[in-house]
Amino acid sequence: MGFVGDTVESIRSMQIRQVVSQIISLGEARYRNRPLVFAFEGDILFLHMSKEPIRTGEIVVFNVDGREIPIVHRVIKVHERQDTAEVDILTKGDNNFGDDRLLYAQGQLWLQQHHIMGRAVGYLPYVGWVTIIMTEKPIIKYLLIGALGLLVITSKE
Amino acid sequence: MHSFGHRANAVATFAVTILAAMCFAASFSDNFNSATPTASVKILNINWFQKEANGNDEVSMTLNISADLSSLFTWNTKQVFVFVAAEYETAQNALNQVSLWDGIIPAKEHAKFLIHTTNKYRFIDQGSNLKGKDFNLTMHWHIMPKTGKMFADKIVMTGYRLPEQYR
Repeated sequence: MGFVGDTVESIRSMQIRQVVSQIISLGEARYRNRPLVFAFEGDILFLHMSKEPIRTGEIVVFNVDGREIPIVHRVIKVHERQDTAEVDILTKGDNNFGDDRLLYAQGQLWLQQHHIMGRAVGYLPYVGWVTIIMTEKPIIKYLLIGALGLLVITSKE
Repeated sequence: MHSFGHRANAVATFAVTILAAMCFAASFSDNFNSATPTASVKILNINWFQKEANGNDEVSMTLNISADLSSLFTWNTKQVFVFVAAEYETAQNALNQVSLWDGIIPAKEHAKFLIHTTNKYRFIDQGSNLKGKDFNLTMHWHIMPKTGKMFADKIVMTGYRLPEQYR
């Protein structure tokens, strides 16, 4: 088992910390209303927020007041001011007929930079189901943690 | 170290690691794709060009949008999102980007196309700055991978101009 065995040993010791940090640091696509055509519940969306100005075509994550689940949609219009570099942004789900003004707060026509929490830059399908199952059926989460704890305790190192 | 539980855990961890490595390799291979896309947009007609009650200019136009984006597709490509945006500057705004049309290309076979359409989204200015306005039409594409990093690029087409008078 030589090299493989050594590799597996070192990975196993990082396993718990890895799982926890994965859940914390990645943005996870757990919405139910299929705003993007290519990503569904259970997929993981990698988010990144750089200082680059928001431009059309980018997929952004934003929160609307009163909604707990963030929305992940594409920017279709940008108007950027000359002096202050403030932007007015309009978004739309690829699969939707109309733009997102129905989703924004009452009377709100545009999003601003401060509404945007991140950009989607990459994508891993299906991997998020583990966390969804653990949240919806807490007994599975306890079983999993219990089993991992048992393995750690009973290991001989 | 040799109980069933330990062995099952070792196999599962190894399998997930290999899967992650394969996803990374699949995504990384997209970097080697040298794409040669082509695009062209022709404004066939300005249907109408008015100032609305709220003071904003709006224009409706009919476009011929043609492109060949088949070289963008790799085996790791799920679909390509393509859109055409008008881009222009005004005294108030350093940059205005207004998407006029978009579409989803589900497969390489559909990546060479000619679309005859009026603008899908309304071309409305913030203010009344569009008379005689020079603008670019840019075709953007966003490549959705089966797994991994999303790539995006564009072709900028310059030289378009709106009429001097409303019609």
